[in-house]
Amino acid sequence: MDGIIQFEKVHFKYPEDQRESLRDVSLTIREGSFTAVLGRNGSGKSTLAKHMNAILLPTEGRVLVAGIDTADAPRLLELRRQVGMVFQNPDNQIVANVVEDDVAFAPENLGLPPEEIRRRVDAALEQVGMLEYRLHAPHLLSGGQKQRVAIAGVIAMEPRIIVLDEPTAMLDPQGRREVLSTVLRLRREKGMTVVLVTHHMDECIPADRLLVLSEGRIAADGTPEEIFSQDALLRDLGLDLPETARLLRDLRQAGLELPGGALDLEGCAQAVAAVLN
Amino acid sequence: MAEIQVEDLRHVYSPGTPFERTAIEAVNLALPQGQFVGVIGHTGSGKSTFIQHLNALLLPSGGRVLSAGEDINRDKKSRRDIKWKVGLVFQYPEYQLFAETVYEDIAFGPRNMGLSVEQVDERVREAAGFVGVSELFERSPLELSGGQKRRIAVAGVIAMRPEVLVLDEPTAGLDPEGCAQIMANIRAYREKTGATVIIVSHDMDGAAALTERLLVFDKGRLVMDGPPEEIFSQPGRLTAMGLDVPRPTAIALALEARGVQLQGPVYTHEQLTNAILRAYRDKEGGRTPC
Repeated sequence: MDGIIQFEKVHFKYPEDQRESLRDVSLTIREGSFTAVLGRNGSGKSTLAKHMNAILLPTEGRVLVAGIDTADAPRLLELRRQVGMVFQNPDNQIVANVVEDDVAFAPENLGLPPEEIRRRVDAALEQVGMLEYRLHAPHLLSGGQKQRVAIAGVIAMEPRIIVLDEPTAMLDPQGRREVLSTVLRLRREKGMTVVLVTHHMDECIPADRLLVLSEGRIAADGTPEEIFSQDALLRDLGLDLPETARLLRDLRQAGLELPGGALDLEGCAQAVAAVLN
Repeated sequence: MAEIQVEDLRHVYSPGTPFERTAIEAVNLALPQGQFVGVIGHTGSGKSTFIQHLNALLLPSGGRVLSAGEDINRDKKSRRDIKWKVGLVFQYPEYQLFAETVYEDIAFGPRNMGLSVEQVDERVREAAGFVGVSELFERSPLELSGGQKRRIAVAGVIAMRPEVLVLDEPTAGLDPEGCAQIMANIRAYREKTGATVIIVSHDMDGAAALTERLLVFDKGRLVMDGPPEEIFSQPGRLTAMGLDVPRPTAIALALEARGVQLQGPVYTHEQLTNAILRAYRDKEGGRTPC
């Protein structure tokens, strides 16, 4: 029972649907881990994420987060203080007319002293690279900038768990890198637990664990290296290979003997350079 | 055929207010009919502002946009006509689906063009065929998957048979299958109609593999304009602007840093694989047969 997030035989059906969106999902996520969740559109990955801070409650089974049953309504605020959630569309997440007020919204609601709020807001904006925009109006920012403000709002809560549901879908490459490195840093420096739902295969490479959902079930569960070496499985699940994995596969098929393992850019280049030099 | 010309284009948002901001300036280019063009740039670089001028959705603060030699903003009629000629698919267009059935949604544009019932029907069927949603006509758009909704939104624009199809991040938020499908649909439309296609994208791999010309925006200016092999042969300039290079190019650069020099342009997966295999064969001493 050392999981900070625990799914026990969870089923979920949206009222308007015939089919279940989650089917018998059992899952334990360790504190401090980085879990990436992949799957085609409609596979249930967003539904899974929304169970982690009680936006959705299981129709059957239960979800425990930091020891709290998400269906335990009196403890809902306590639960949401532990779990910050970032969504795909930043326009639905911004509430204030000035960037720094938006980021301060949640910590203000925690009843923190003003100096502490100031510190958290500045630190959060700094971490997402938006400090210089603190006095701007959010609606005049670009989509990517708005998303970074939304992430700052979550970081300012200093939660133990951050759940990101396709947070980079609307960002440019630099924005994506900034968000991802911010998330990785929060995990490294503060021991935060990270759950990242994404369509970008590359974003899964630094994860400790990769879950692939298909038709509401967990279809694959392993390290990125394990999962990205199963070409046929990925095709069945509607996923791509990261470019590094694709290259290593094609070079092996052409007869090159390459060491296995690393899927990050440097690791891949090292493996290829070893046979060429 | 309509060539689009952009002359000294400039756009200022919120002029005369504390938020006044020049989004683009000094943009000059010609878009010949039939080209497949990618537009790349950092968030806030002005690329979305630029494309919204191509069908008079935004009016220039300075400069002109010409279609077949005529200023598209000459008068009310020209501004209206250009909307049929240049079809614009916004980011996340599925949020704009509103009709009760897929058929009605796709029919909205052609109906506004004042076509007869038969002509509208023909265009709806043709457009649905391009994106593979013909079997969904009677369904409510709201019941469909994200990828299907996106394709219906694209069909709604294609149904106007635009000579120029402009898409702002058409694959954002889609899974890999959905991305591949929509790009295939767009290619099919271009091949069958000879339309110009302009795609704004953050996906450098897609931009590299599909387009024949890339426009790079930085801080409101068009700073690079050329074929992908030329643009991606200057990775340092791109990264300085906060842009990525295609992943195959990034791997080639990491190899270069380790003393491996690959031959030829490398910006697609096939080029990278082949260049490495060539280097391997050369090193093994075997001659590559011609």
